[in-house]
Amino acid sequence: MAQGNNSIKKILTVAFALCVVCSIIVSTAAVALRPMQQTNQELDRKSNILNVAKLADSGKSTEETFRDKITARVVDLRTGEYTDQFDPETFNQFEAARDPATGRTLSGDQDIAGLSRVENFATIYLVGDVEDPDQIVLPIRGQGLWGSMYGFLSVEGDGNTIVSITYYDHSETPGLGAEVNNPRWQAQWEGKKIYEEQGNLSPEIHLTKGGASSDYEVDALSGATLTSNGVTNMLQFWMSPEGFGEYLAKFRSGTSQADAQQADIDLESEGA
Amino acid sequence: MSDVTPKSALTAPIFKNNPIALQILGICSALAVTTSMSVSLVMALAVIFVTAFSSLFVSLIRNHIPSSIRIIVQMTIIASLVIVVDQILKAYAYEMSKQLSVFVGLIITNCIVMGRAEGFAMSNSPGLSFLDGIGNGLGYGFVLMVVGFFRELLGSGSVFGITILETVQNGGWYVPNGMMLLPPSAFFIIGLMIWVLRAANPEQVESNEFTMKENTQPKEAV
Repeated sequence: MAQGNNSIKKILTVAFALCVVCSIIVSTAAVALRPMQQTNQELDRKSNILNVAKLADSGKSTEETFRDKITARVVDLRTGEYTDQFDPETFNQFEAARDPATGRTLSGDQDIAGLSRVENFATIYLVGDVEDPDQIVLPIRGQGLWGSMYGFLSVEGDGNTIVSITYYDHSETPGLGAEVNNPRWQAQWEGKKIYEEQGNLSPEIHLTKGGASSDYEVDALSGATLTSNGVTNMLQFWMSPEGFGEYLAKFRSGTSQADAQQADIDLESEGA
Repeated sequence: MSDVTPKSALTAPIFKNNPIALQILGICSALAVTTSMSVSLVMALAVIFVTAFSSLFVSLIRNHIPSSIRIIVQMTIIASLVIVVDQILKAYAYEMSKQLSVFVGLIITNCIVMGRAEGFAMSNSPGLSFLDGIGNGLGYGFVLMVVGFFRELLGSGSVFGITILETVQNGGWYVPNGMMLLPPSAFFIIGLMIWVLRAANPEQVESNEFTMKENTQPKEAV
């Protein structure tokens, strides 16, 4: 090593030059690749939504299917009404939960899903007609065993029958809790009901050990009691009036009243 | 280090002087990312890229690095390269970068990269340092692939995502070993690998740091 390398001047020059060069390289990479990364994130979110709505179509691109079939809206969770206060394209639900203007703190007994803060507004995705959707895709999240689990639940237009559930981000134990994304387990959810009767806002759906026997029960994940409890808790929370309860109630008793009654009659005649 | 030839710089770290098996460096990421082979492969490529280029750049400017800030200089170069790799993965291999999550960023703290920059690149020519970086990355990658192979095969019944042993969950016969998907299993596999490598190359076996006196009597010890 040369003699003059340890003079203060040399140290500062080398440090400064290195910082400039490295920061140029890093920022160039970050800026040049950002559009592509954002597209990837968008695409990932969209393909998760399409998967949970069982609309994934191998023939068409995710982007295309999403544009054709899905409309995003922001819902005010307190009233269950749509709001135009936020743009669904840019609205960030998780940030809204932290902001005192758009979120609230949950008290201990309300906070069954372990969220501590919850937003007043949520982005939901409607499949088909906006007024009378075929399916509604709802974002859900809550504590699992090791950390937060983020997912989507899709519900039929009656606001009660489950189509599917998926988790796009979780840190559950591989082979046990992580089986939440096993297609065979997910398939059980199809046709399950969230609520017991019209107008009742407290959800009945839960996971159970030893074999599901009713429309409100789904088999728990074997060997993953705490993850299963987490899934039950987050569904209980998000389907209650604290979450999407008010919003879903509109579909069960409001616009599609006739459909619902028709469905009841169908059920009775089947039972008889 | 005068006897280093380009060939030995490239190949020695794979078996003879493997950074994980012999120097026991970089174990942490080897435990974390080896649950499946495709993830191990991407991680190995990322580390090869970072060690190769960090050694190259450190070696290029080695005569100008003031010794008092040399660690910081090396760290800055390594960190910049790792950020670039992370950005590229996020843009071109999003699924993979989601699985690797924080471990790409943690290449910065991988002792192999730093060890080669400080131990080799600071005192060797750029070309040789570049090859040495690739060699050490390959040595790391080799261990990762072996560990990944056993963990994925025994833990999920597949190799590179292709099912070899049909698992019970999917209606087959193979009951997967759940422990293989958890980090401790990598410890056992790496331990067994070190045993195999040292049995094949007895000169790798270290002599004891201190020898215990035989048959020490209680009265002598007092």
